[in-house]
Amino acid sequence: MKYTPHSQGEIEAMLQTIGLESLDQLFDDIPREILDQCRLPDRPGMTEPRLRAHLRELAGENLSADDAPCFLGGGCSDAFIPAAVGELLAREEFYTAYTPYQPELSQGILQSIFEYQTYICRLTGLDIANASLYDGGSALASACAIAAEGTKKKTILLPETVHPDYAQIVKTYASSGIMNVQTVPAKNGATDPDALTAALSDQVAAVVIPQPNYFGCLEPAAEMIAAVRQNSAALVIMQVDPVSLALLKSPGEYGADIAVGDAQPLGSPMSYGGPHVGFMAVTQKLMRKIPGRLIGETTDADGNRAFVLTLQAREQHIRREKANSNICSNEALNALAASIYLTVVGPVGFRQAAERSHRLALYAREQFELRGMPLLYNRPFFREFVVGSDTPEEWIEATIDLWHKRYTGEDEALNAKKITFPDTTGGIPVEGGVLLAFTEKRTPEEIDQLVDVMDDAREAIQ
Amino acid sequence: MKLLFEKDVPGSNAFRFPMDDLPPATENIPHDQLRSTPVDLPELSEVEAVRHFVELSHRAFGVDDGTYALGSCTMKYSPKVNQWAAQLPGFADIHPNCVQPGADHLMCELQEMLADLTGMDAFTLQPAAGAHGELTGMMIIHAYLRDQGQNDRKVVLIPDSAHGTNPASAVMAGFTVRVVKSGPDGLVDLDDLAAKCGPDVAGLMLTNPNTLGLFEKNILEISRLVHDCGGLLYYDGANLNAIVGVARPGDMGFDVVHVNLHKTFSTPHGGGGPGAGPVGVKEFLRPYLPYPTIRRGEDGQIVFDADEEKSIGKVKSFFGNFGVCLKAYAYIKSVGYEGLKNAAQLAVLNANYLRCRLSEYFDIPFNTLCKHEFVASNLRQAPSGVRTLDIAKRLIDFKYHPPTIYFPMIVHEAMMFEPTETESKSRLDALAEAMKQIAREAETTPELVQGAPHNTVIGRPDETKAARNPVLSYKKPAQ
Repeated sequence: MKYTPHSQGEIEAMLQTIGLESLDQLFDDIPREILDQCRLPDRPGMTEPRLRAHLRELAGENLSADDAPCFLGGGCSDAFIPAAVGELLAREEFYTAYTPYQPELSQGILQSIFEYQTYICRLTGLDIANASLYDGGSALASACAIAAEGTKKKTILLPETVHPDYAQIVKTYASSGIMNVQTVPAKNGATDPDALTAALSDQVAAVVIPQPNYFGCLEPAAEMIAAVRQNSAALVIMQVDPVSLALLKSPGEYGADIAVGDAQPLGSPMSYGGPHVGFMAVTQKLMRKIPGRLIGETTDADGNRAFVLTLQAREQHIRREKANSNICSNEALNALAASIYLTVVGPVGFRQAAERSHRLALYAREQFELRGMPLLYNRPFFREFVVGSDTPEEWIEATIDLWHKRYTGEDEALNAKKITFPDTTGGIPVEGGVLLAFTEKRTPEEIDQLVDVMDDAREAIQ
Repeated sequence: MKLLFEKDVPGSNAFRFPMDDLPPATENIPHDQLRSTPVDLPELSEVEAVRHFVELSHRAFGVDDGTYALGSCTMKYSPKVNQWAAQLPGFADIHPNCVQPGADHLMCELQEMLADLTGMDAFTLQPAAGAHGELTGMMIIHAYLRDQGQNDRKVVLIPDSAHGTNPASAVMAGFTVRVVKSGPDGLVDLDDLAAKCGPDVAGLMLTNPNTLGLFEKNILEISRLVHDCGGLLYYDGANLNAIVGVARPGDMGFDVVHVNLHKTFSTPHGGGGPGAGPVGVKEFLRPYLPYPTIRRGEDGQIVFDADEEKSIGKVKSFFGNFGVCLKAYAYIKSVGYEGLKNAAQLAVLNANYLRCRLSEYFDIPFNTLCKHEFVASNLRQAPSGVRTLDIAKRLIDFKYHPPTIYFPMIVHEAMMFEPTETESKSRLDALAEAMKQIAREAETTPELVQGAPHNTVIGRPDETKAARNPVLSYKKPAQ
C-alpha cells in the first residue's frame, strides 16, 4: 500500500520544474558513502486486507478486559468509557490537527483545552491547570523539578508508598542534579508522620503525598501537611486519582500547592499503559512556574471571545535553554477525552463511578475477610487494596490457573491464550500481598468469583 | 461560542451507572477525608454534549481538511487503517501488568524496524514525545559519561538553527549549552564548531537535515570533530522524514537518535499529542537505556530485561505510548521499506517543487536543493509593510494551514514550508497560486493582507491582553 498521490507523469513534470532528471538527484547533497551504506533488508509492504488480518491476529494474542474481568490497577484503570467519547474523539478535526499555533484556525482545539483546564481546576480545587503532560509519573517528576527550581532547594521527600514507577521516574529526572530524592518510610501501609517530621528541614523543596497511595491506602494527608507547614517552607505536591476526587477532599481543600495525577481513567483506554495523560494544577502563586502549554481567554479586535496559547515566555520555543521545561507535544487528545468524559457522565455519573468503585471494594474486603483472607493494611481505602500473602506470586499464579479451569476453560480461543500467559484476574504482586483494583465496571458476582477462586487457590498452594 | 460550563442545565444529564446491584456497605473513609461539597461539573444532556464537541470540531482544522504545510511538523496524511487497529480491544483494552504476547511482539518488531531504518543497535519505546526522547537521549549520554569518569564534560553544543527543545532538553539532563553558529550557507560553521570543541564537551545535538531544510553535507567532518574531542553525537529525528530509507543517522556517526513517530511514521498529532519519541543507541550505550528493555531472545521469545545497574531508570510508566507505537508499526508494515524511501523521495520532491514555484514571488534565503522543507521570508513584501504574520494569516482565508512562522530564528521573518509527500501536484499548484495572489495583494492592497484573516470565526486575537491578564479557566460570573 502507499499513501502518496503522485502519478508518474506528475513526478516527471515536477522534476522538470526543479531542473532535475531523477528522484535520486534530490539526494545529491548527501555524501555518497552515506547513501551507499543504507542497505536495508527486504521488507515489502502489505495490502490493507493482509495488514488487517495480521493486526487482528496480534491483537488476538493479547488478553483484553473484554475477555476476562480485570482486577489489575496500579496506575492503569479498566474504566468504563461511554460510547460518545470514542465517537467524538474520532473526528479528524481533533485527531489530525497539530498544536494550535494559529488561533483563528484552531479555536475549537483551544477552547477544548481551556475547558479541560477548567475541569482540572475544579477537580483539584487549585487555581491554574496546564494543557497536560505525558502521564502521571512524568507529571510528578515535573512537579518535583519546578518545586526544586522555585524554592532553590534540592531535597524532595518521597514516601515509599508512591507508585514504584513514579518514584523511579522522579529519581531519573533527578539524575541531572536539580534535586535529591529522599525516601520517607511507611508504617502499616501509609507514610509515618513522625518519620516525615524527622526528615523535614530547611533544605526540603517539596513533600509528595500520594492520595490514595500505591497500596490503595489513604495517607494521613492533613497530618502530613500540618507537619510540613510547621517544620519547613517546602511545597506540598499531592498525587491523586482523579476519580477519587468525586468523593475525597481535593488537594485545594487540603491546602496543597501542586496537584498531579493521570487522567487516563477519564475516557482513555488502558492501551497497554499509554497514551495516558498527566495533569498538573498549581496555586496562583506558581502560575509562571507551571510547565507546558497554557490556554488563555482573550478577545479579538471586534470584542469576540477568543482563546490563545499564552504565557509562552516560560516555554522552550521562546526561552530555549532558560525554559522551565522542554515539553512540546503533550497529550492533547487524551485531555480532550477527559473533558468529553466528564461532560458526558456529568456530576451524578461521575460521583456514581467513584461510589460504585468504592462500594465494590468495600464489598470485596468484606468477602475476603469472611473467608479468612484479611487485608494487609487496616486503613481506609478508595478502590484498591492489598490482600495479605507471604507468597503473592504463587498465589496469583494459582488463582489464574483455577479461574481459568472454572470460568474460561470451556472457551477454546481463551484456552489457547491461557497456555502461555497469565490473565487479568490475578492482581499485582507487592511486598506482603496481592494488589487488587475494583473499578466501576466490576460486579458483585465477579467479586464473588474472584474471592472463591483466590480462597481455593490459597489452599492449593499451602 | 459558549463554553460547556455556560450550557449547564441542572437535571438534564441522564447518564447513570448501575447502582442497584451493590450490597449495602458501610463507609470506611473518615469524614474529614471526604469532600465537603460535590465537584462542580456542568450538566448537559448527551445530545447537547455531543453537539458541543462537534461544534468545537468545526472550529478546528486537521490534515484531512486540507494542505497543512507546517514546517518541522511533518503533517502528513495519517492512514485510516491505523485508527482502526487502535480500536481493537486486543490493543485498546489491555492492561500493562499482564503479559500480552501480541503487543510485546509488536513492540519488539517495531524496535527492530526502527533500528534498521536509523542504523542503530537498540531502541526504547518509552519516551512519549520528541522532546521526551531528547531528554532521555541526553540522560543516556550523561549517565555514560559519568560512568566513564568524565564528569567534567558538561557542555552540549547546539547549532543556532536548532529547535528550542534541544537546549531545553540538554539543560534538563544536567548540561549547559554552547551555541554553534551557522555559516552563510545555512550549515553548521565548521570553524566555529572546531573552536567550540574541547575537553568540556559532552556532545553535539544536531538535526539533519537542519531546520532550514538543508542537509548538513559536512556531517562526516562534524562527526569527526565532535568524536575527536571526546563528545557524542545526538540526532534529533524531527526531520527524519526527508531521508528515511535513503540515508541513516547511524551511518553518519550519530551515537543516539530519537524519532518522532507522529512525524515520520504517520501517527496523527492529536491537536498536540499523544506522540511518541523512541530513542535508539549504538551498542555501547545499550546498558543505559531506560528499563525494562524489550528484545528477542535466541529462541525468538520476547525477553524483558530490567538491568537497573547502568540504566538511567524510567522516563514514563509502563512501556511508553503503546497506542501510538502500534499505529507507526501498522504504517511501516503497510508501506514497507521501499514505500518509506518513496515517501522520503516524494516529500523532498514536493518541497523542492513548491520552493521553485514560490521563488518567483517570495524571497528564499537559501534557494538551493532542499530536503523536506524550506524557508521563505517576506523580504520582497516588506517594503509595502506586509509581514510574515500577515502572509500566514491571509493564507488561512484561502483554506490553508499556514507554514511555521518566525522559526528558525536565524532567518528574519521566516516562513517554513513542509508540504510532506501526501500532497499532490495539483494541491501544491493551488497553494502556489494562493501565495502568488497574496504576493500580488501585498503590492496592490496591502491592507487586505494586513487585516487577514477575514473568513474565520474570530479575527486576530489580542495576545498581549491574554498574557497581561491571564484568564486560564472559566469562572462563573458573580450572581
